Amino acid sequence: MFSPLDDLTIRIGGEAGMGLESSGVGFSQALVRGGLHVFGFADYHSRIRGGHNFFTVRLARRPLYSHTEPVHLLLALDQETVRRHIGAVVPGGAVVYDEKDGLPEVPRRPDVQYFSIPLSKLAEEAGGSAIMRNTLVFAVAAGLISFDPAYIESVARDNFARKGPAVVDANLRVIAAGVKASRPFQDDFPFRMEAVPGAPRRLLLNGNQAFAMGALAGGCRFVSGYPMTPGSPVLEWMAAHAEEYGVVTLQVEDEIAALCMAIGAGYAGVRAMAPTSGGGFSLMVEALGLAGMTEVPVVVYEAQRPGPSTGLATRTEQGDLLFVLHASQGEFPRIILAPGTVEQAFEAGWRAFNFAERYQTPVIVLSDHYLATSVRDVAPEDLNFDAVVIDRGELLTEAELDSLEGEYKRHRFTESGVSPRAIPGHPKAVYASSSDEHDEYGHIEEDAENRRRMHAKRMRKLETARAEMRPPTVYGPEDAELTFIAWGSTYGPLREAVDRLSEQGVRARMLHFADIWPVPQGVESLLTGETIAVEGNYSGQFADLLRMATGHTVSRRILKWDGRPISPEYILRNTEYAIRTP
Amino acid sequence: MVTVDDFASPVRPTWCTGCGNFAIWNAVKRALAQVGLAPHQVMIVGGIGCGSKLPDYTRANGYMTLHGRTVPVATGIRLANHGLRVICTHGDGDAYAEGLGHMLHAARRNIGLVDIIQDNRIYGLTKGQYSPTSDRGRVTKTSPWGAFELPVNPIALALAAGATFVARSWSGDLNHLTETIVRALGHRGYALVDIFQPCVTFNRQNSYDYYRPRVYKLQDDPTYDVTDKMAAFARALEWGDRIPIGVFYQVEDRPAYEEQVPALRAGPLAPRPLEKLRPEQIRRLLEELV
Ligand SMILES: Cc1ncc(C[n+]2csc(CCOP(=O)(O)OP(=O)(O)O)c2C)c(N)n1
Ligand code: SF4
Ligand SMILES: [Mg+2]
Repeated sequence: MFSPLDDLTIRIGGEAGMGLESSGVGFSQALVRGGLHVFGFADYHSRIRGGHNFFTVRLARRPLYSHTEPVHLLLALDQETVRRHIGAVVPGGAVVYDEKDGLPEVPRRPDVQYFSIPLSKLAEEAGGSAIMRNTLVFAVAAGLISFDPAYIESVARDNFARKGPAVVDANLRVIAAGVKASRPFQDDFPFRMEAVPGAPRRLLLNGNQAFAMGALAGGCRFVSGYPMTPGSPVLEWMAAHAEEYGVVTLQVEDEIAALCMAIGAGYAGVRAMAPTSGGGFSLMVEALGLAGMTEVPVVVYEAQRPGPSTGLATRTEQGDLLFVLHASQGEFPRIILAPGTVEQAFEAGWRAFNFAERYQTPVIVLSDHYLATSVRDVAPEDLNFDAVVIDRGELLTEAELDSLEGEYKRHRFTESGVSPRAIPGHPKAVYASSSDEHDEYGHIEEDAENRRRMHAKRMRKLETARAEMRPPTVYGPEDAELTFIAWGSTYGPLREAVDRLSEQGVRARMLHFADIWPVPQGVESLLTGETIAVEGNYSGQFADLLRMATGHTVSRRILKWDGRPISPEYILRNTEYAIRTP
Repeated sequence: MVTVDDFASPVRPTWCTGCGNFAIWNAVKRALAQVGLAPHQVMIVGGIGCGSKLPDYTRANGYMTLHGRTVPVATGIRLANHGLRVICTHGDGDAYAEGLGHMLHAARRNIGLVDIIQDNRIYGLTKGQYSPTSDRGRVTKTSPWGAFELPVNPIALALAAGATFVARSWSGDLNHLTETIVRALGHRGYALVDIFQPCVTFNRQNSYDYYRPRVYKLQDDPTYDVTDKMAAFARALEWGDRIPIGVFYQVEDRPAYEEQVPALRAGPLAPRPLEKLRPEQIRRLLEELV
């Protein structure tokens, strides 16, 4: 039996501590080297041992933007995996389980095949340790789908090179054992995905990596943070590259210190950021206002997870939009970007710093667990380093500073609201800014007229910035009857849902916003027909924001707040419901 | 040559007549002139409070930040440009209530800051509530039964946190104040200078007359060894009729934080030109993703 499927999903499940994510990413890497497109995402508990974790990798011969719900091959490293995921397996699909684990006492599905393989025993024999069965089971998977194991071997060689030839050899023996163990079942497994030899080289990365790389390319040279899932990998990535690229990175006592330090660095003239998640952002709120008031460029990367409070630490949600929009007392301009893809995350990395310096105000990049941690393949040119621009805005040059006359006015009244900025250290531009309301020099000033003008000057920057915000990405026909509205990480699932609706003859399109605030100009004209907001939160925060900014009320909202990412199927199921119920 | 007048600001202080902040202000300017640091070579960071307004009254680079967050902001400035001598001036509420955690971490980090605390043992700007250094039993508007808490001991705390320079001075002795700040400016790591600063309006107890007979100078004792941490702890606990001032502890055996940061080996960050990544750097980054 052979089915020419060009899209299939493999899921591995087990407990924390089994190395599912690292081996899953390694397997994804091998698939990409083999010329396939992948989308991989991890689902895990906030604990170091135990709990049920799984990693899902979807592979295809065309670019992928999202995961999907059906599973073709389930790799079970414990009974719990079978119990939980057997329902997701498609008819004709299969479960591979460890002989020693056996199967749970749940009814066997007659339309699914069960392949018993002594995974632990084989891993132990071939590699010296039963732990290596995660590598072994992926080799089994490769065998079942006829994917050339040479690509898995090449990844193992690279990944374990640091640990010495003995470790590499052990892994290669385990891979060979896995492939061999798959042979008796190959004819029974109907789905194939062979490698595409000679396909152009592609890269595999997640949103956190893409953002960090974009920030580095955009001149970020200072990163201070406090560990918090899922934002801290950005600090870790920067620390790993700090020496080579001349970046100061530090882990500090709390998120208050993290943003205050980044603000200090920004004040002193260095492109600085503080990566965090919603809980850490809550601590940063007062400092955000300091940056707004004293017109300091700084970037905050906020990778959302479900809240409030600790919420679901290792899961996803888009619940912080209105919070970051309104965080801090008083009013001040801020810019919010919410990339939806790895490519947009890379761009947000460098664009954020340009906005921060051009408007001398805080910029928040909103990501979430799904975007931050899901891996996807892109072409090298999709991380467009050529397009990177470093625009420091109205920053006075050394020559301009030398020729300054009179006392320098750091907060000069200007039409755009942006005052030419001097980096502290020049004898002709000695100044002190204040978080108290201040005059043009920065001196504390409580005069009403000064307050009126200075506050308006700061707020004007938002209007200047609005003209620069990118309109939403429009995906689908102009005369669509259904217009879906998304922001941030919902891009992928919604794009695929729109594709599938089009295949069914429904004229649907997506409006995806990556530039969130200030809301780009001219959005109103796009909000036509039936509008459906798709968001990973309870209330439809972006829909509310759109109503506030444009007066448009969306027709429907498709929402999800269970901590799990929105899938294309979820959107489709809810669209049918939304269309059927008036 | 740098003179005290170089630091003259057009803004007149709003401090009460007789406030201990005047002496601290003058001592800072005198110390800077003495060590030859011009206004553009320093950065004076304040928080929020009466004393924290010192940068507004001083012509020098400065930044008036948030209540309690003086030290982290100053740390960021120092790491972004260690060509600037960064000085913090903030009150006891700022430093030891909201900012206490930051102080301890700055000490263990040994970041190159001169951290001057205008310790009036009261909240001045908010008009007279008790502070972390107010005595136990102190009656104020928010402690009508007398403060139940013990005061913090900033000297002992800083020593315990690993500070490499710990000193105390007081507003009644401009020369001692100036000298102490000069010594702190010469220190390579974190330098705490806690200053008894009489608040003539809200703290009548800890007045000039209270301190004058009590304070004695550690450095008057030629046998006092500033590198002896146990001796420093012993003096830190001395309180009551006799209160030591001067440098309790100073060692230079530990590099400052910024001296250890690889990215700063090539000199201060801020003045470096910001350039796009070079093709070979981009290639190396992408190589990590195949
Ligand atoms: C987050 C925050 N909380 C409270 C205040 C109000 N506040 C301003 S100054 C101050 C205390 C001042 O005491 P201290 O730091 O000792 O300075 P002093 O006025 O005595 O020099 C307080 C509580 C504030 N500005 N910010
Ligand atoms: S209230 Fe106290 S600390 Fe504030 S200015 Fe007056 S005397 Fe100085
Ligand atoms: Mg005080």
